[in-house]
This record gives sequence, C-alpha cells and structure tokens, in this order.
Amino acid sequence: MRYLPLTDTDRTAMLATIGASSVDDLFIDVPEFARLTGPIKGLPLHAPELAVDRHLSALAKKNRAAGDGPFFLGCGAYKHHVPASVDHLIQRGEFLTAYTPYQPEIAQGTLQVLFEFQTQVARLFGTDVANASMYDGSTACWEAITMARRITKRGKALLSCGLHPHYVSVAQTMARFTGDVLDTAAPALTAETDIARLIDAIDSETSCVVVQYPDILGRIEDLTELAAKAHANGALLIAVVTEPVALGALNPPGEMGADIVVGEGQSLGVGLQFGGPYVGLFGCKDKYVRQMPGRLCGETVDAEGKRGFVLTLSTREQHIRREKATSNICTNSGLCALAFSIHMTLLGERGLRELANLNHELACIAADRLAQIPGVRVVNETFFNEFTIALPREARPIVRTLADAGVLAGVSLGRLYPDVENLKNGLVIAVTETTTVEDIEALATALTGALA
Amino acid sequence: MSRYFTTDHEWIDVAADGETATVGITDYAQGQLGDIVFVEVPASGTRIEKGGDAAVVESVKAASDVYAPVSGTVSEGNPALEGDPSLVNSAAETDGWFFTLVLNDKGELDGLMDETAYKAFVAGL
Repeated sequence: MRYLPLTDTDRTAMLATIGASSVDDLFIDVPEFARLTGPIKGLPLHAPELAVDRHLSALAKKNRAAGDGPFFLGCGAYKHHVPASVDHLIQRGEFLTAYTPYQPEIAQGTLQVLFEFQTQVARLFGTDVANASMYDGSTACWEAITMARRITKRGKALLSCGLHPHYVSVAQTMARFTGDVLDTAAPALTAETDIARLIDAIDSETSCVVVQYPDILGRIEDLTELAAKAHANGALLIAVVTEPVALGALNPPGEMGADIVVGEGQSLGVGLQFGGPYVGLFGCKDKYVRQMPGRLCGETVDAEGKRGFVLTLSTREQHIRREKATSNICTNSGLCALAFSIHMTLLGERGLRELANLNHELACIAADRLAQIPGVRVVNETFFNEFTIALPREARPIVRTLADAGVLAGVSLGRLYPDVENLKNGLVIAVTETTTVEDIEALATALTGALA
Repeated sequence: MSRYFTTDHEWIDVAADGETATVGITDYAQGQLGDIVFVEVPASGTRIEKGGDAAVVESVKAASDVYAPVSGTVSEGNPALEGDPSLVNSAAETDGWFFTLVLNDKGELDGLMDETAYKAFVAGL
C-alpha cells in the first residue's frame, strides 16, 4: 500500500474545500465534555520506534503463552496442534482478503470451500444441513434459541446447567431485547448432569432445551430421551458443542435427535488467539432450513452445464429481508471457516477419529494420575478430553500458585461462577494431543505440592 | 366473481356470495421478484387485518411480505405452494393463489383498484 502523507498544505486545502476553519470544527457536534483535550494519561505523546518495540516486547514477556509449558486450560477454547500447512494455505492471496468474496463469477474457490465446510460440519454434527459459519459458538447458540422461537412460536428456553456460562451470558444479554424467558441454573460438582431436571421442566411453553455436549464440566450424556421428551411437547432440542474434536469419538448430537446443533469450531485449524476470532458452527434438520440464520452455499450448474457454487439461502439476513432480518449475530467467519475446513480435510475421517482417541487417552492418563493426589476427587464418570476435579480448598489461588510455578493448571469454576459457593473448589482440566505425559506429571507434582 | 387489486400488487377475488375471497400476488409482482423459492402462507383460522402482514414470499434475491388487502379470517392457505413455490411464477393469478379468507367488512373493498386501474397503475411504475 502507498504511504500517503498529510501535509499542512493538504490539510488547509481540505478544510477550505468543506468550509471549516480548523480540524476541531469537524467535532463541533460532539459535546465538549466528551472531547479529549490533553494527552491521554499515562501515555507519552511520542516515543522512538525502537523504544516502543522494546517496551511492548517487555510487556509481551509478562504473558505466559500456551506453548511455554504444561497447559491444561479449556472450557470452550482448546490448544490443539494446527498443521503448518493450514496457516500457509489460508494466507494465499486467493483466500486472504478483507472482503467477503461471494460473487459466484469470481469466487468459485471460496464458495467451494464453504460448500465443503458445510458438508464437514453437517457430517460432524449428524444434521441434514449446516450453514457457511457464524461469528462464534456463543452467538450461534443464541441464534439457535431465536430460531427455535420462530419455529415453535413459544418464548421459553430451558438452558442446561452444563451450558458454558459465557454462552448463557450472551443469551441473557440478547434476551433483554427480545423478551425470551431463559430458565437456567448453575451446575453442581457431581457426576450427574441435569438431564432429569430438564425433562421434568419441559412444558407447553418451552421453545427449546439447550444442552452442551460434552458439558462445561466435561460430562457426557445420551441425549436421546431428552430429545424425545422435547419433541413430545412440541419443543426443539439444541445441542451445543464447544469441542468439535470430541465428535471424532462420540455419537453426533443430530443422531440422538437434536434438531439444531451449534458449536465453536476453534479447535480445528484456529489457534487460541487470545479468544478470537473464532468460528461458529450451525447445523439443523432439513425441515428447519428456512428458519436457519446465516447463509448457505449450494452446488449448481452454470449455463454450460458445468458444476459451480453459489450462495443460495440467506433468507434471514439483512440484504434479503432488510429491516425484518431475523439473524443478527451471524457474521460469517470466512477465513476461520477456511482454516477449519483445511484442517478437517488434512485429518480426514480416520485422522479425526485417531486425534479424538489420542485426546481421550491422554485425558484418561491425567485423570488417573490426578486422582492419586490426596484430597483430589475426579468429579466425572464420563469425559472426552476435559474433566473436572474437586480440590480440598478453593481452586483459584491454587491455579495462581501453579501458574507462578510455570504450570497453567486449568480453569477454576470459581472464575466462571464467582457467585456460586459450592463450585469454588472445582477445577476444569483440559488435555489434548499437545499434552505430554511429562506435562501431566508436572501438573500432578505441582498440585501435590500446592495442596500439601 | 369480481377481482380487485392493491398498490402492493396483491389481487383478491371475491366470490359471488360476497362473503369469501381468494388472495394472491399479481403476475407483475412475481416478475419483479424473480424465481420464487418459498412461500409461507397463513394457517387457517388466522385473523388478519387490512394492510397487515399475511404471508411471506421469498425469491432468490428478496424476501417480501404479502399484505392483507382486506380484514378477515383465513380459511385456507394454498397447500400446493409448499411443495411447488414456483407455481407463483407460472400461475400467479390462478393456481398460485396464497390463501382464502372470510371477509370482515365488504366495505373495505371500495378503496381497491379494478383490473383497468391496476393496469394503468403498473404502466405508470
């Protein structure tokens, strides 16, 4: 890109053209109290580039990066190995663009990728269809709740206590403006989930039941009975998957009767990246496709009969429905979806199964090892690559102590649920293929020391 | 049977008894929308208000509301449109009807156009 200088002459000419006497004149409509008058407190007016570089490097060194040592943080964002070829391919000029290239005349490659992405997501979730990606898992979850309301014309959603509290929080924020009633609870440090509570709570007002699979504590439940009960009452079952690698080993929610399956695709192809950008996944039964948010890419033939791809369905969106658009946070995460799709393609079906098995085996080793520590109890009876342990005392300070010792031990439930007293001893441990047996031993040793 | 038109490009056929009517969108409207891929028709028993949303028609490039030309109670949505929404393209003013209704107030028909007036209206667009 060319560097365009802005000289005093340029500035004067521009101001003269629009009839303003100074730059401050342009901000006259901003109330005076809202305008910055002096320098920003604590920030120097200028500094040499080298000094800025040194300063920022020093700040960056204060971080402890996921790859710097034993790392067991999960809860919706997972450290997996992303093959170098994924990053290389997404950075090709044909793909890496700030623009969202959907015009079929010039974007066949992008559209074909989205078509394949949809196919992968639909197969992974066990749904008939999937869209061309959403903003992230939590917003996809909210869109699913509003979709259920459109289909059932009811406004009460039952959220499982095992649903990620940040996902609940997004739904609560949005529900303030839509009037949806959200029925939710906090989990308990038990092996049992709240499937029984949900089954009992479904009534004629329920639009949908939302369950996470595996749930926030890593527990896994068969959703078949819940789906049947929801359907018997005219409600939908929404399943939320925050760790898609799990579906390399587990039954897909769609096959257990889930009507809508949403999830976070970060685990495949997308790094942790300080929490974003991520990629939302969204699949549903064919009969509900018209109520699905976002966009769907389809396969067709051109005038000469040649195979081609087009965006075919985006009926809930602004450019089609204008002010009556009913999907509001469904931004297509094109580049992250591409990374997901390339990673999935590199793995293949067998590779995904092997990756899932590796994750689970290492998690079993970790759970067995941690269970040997006096005072530590593994809460889960079932888990994939993430499970919860109950410590004899509050987990947050222990996580801090272990971080100081170079081990990032996991996500304390006290951090996720600051107001829930009986969760403060809970620690959620995530293990992936990037975890080594030495990492697990380092965690066990450090935790034993901290609890002694 | 007499046929009336609205400025929103709906047509309404009022039966000889003056009590019931059939509603659809005009051939001009379907031409403007292009290939129609989905029609959402109201369920029987739905009470609709003159000028209110009554149905939704989606083409590949737009989703549009269909407004009720008059008030009434829906007796039937066209079941054929569910399986074959392109009926609206091929037979907008016959087999591609949207719904039938029982009129609330025949007086509401007075403000609508007849075929000649509608043709002149479209010619002026």
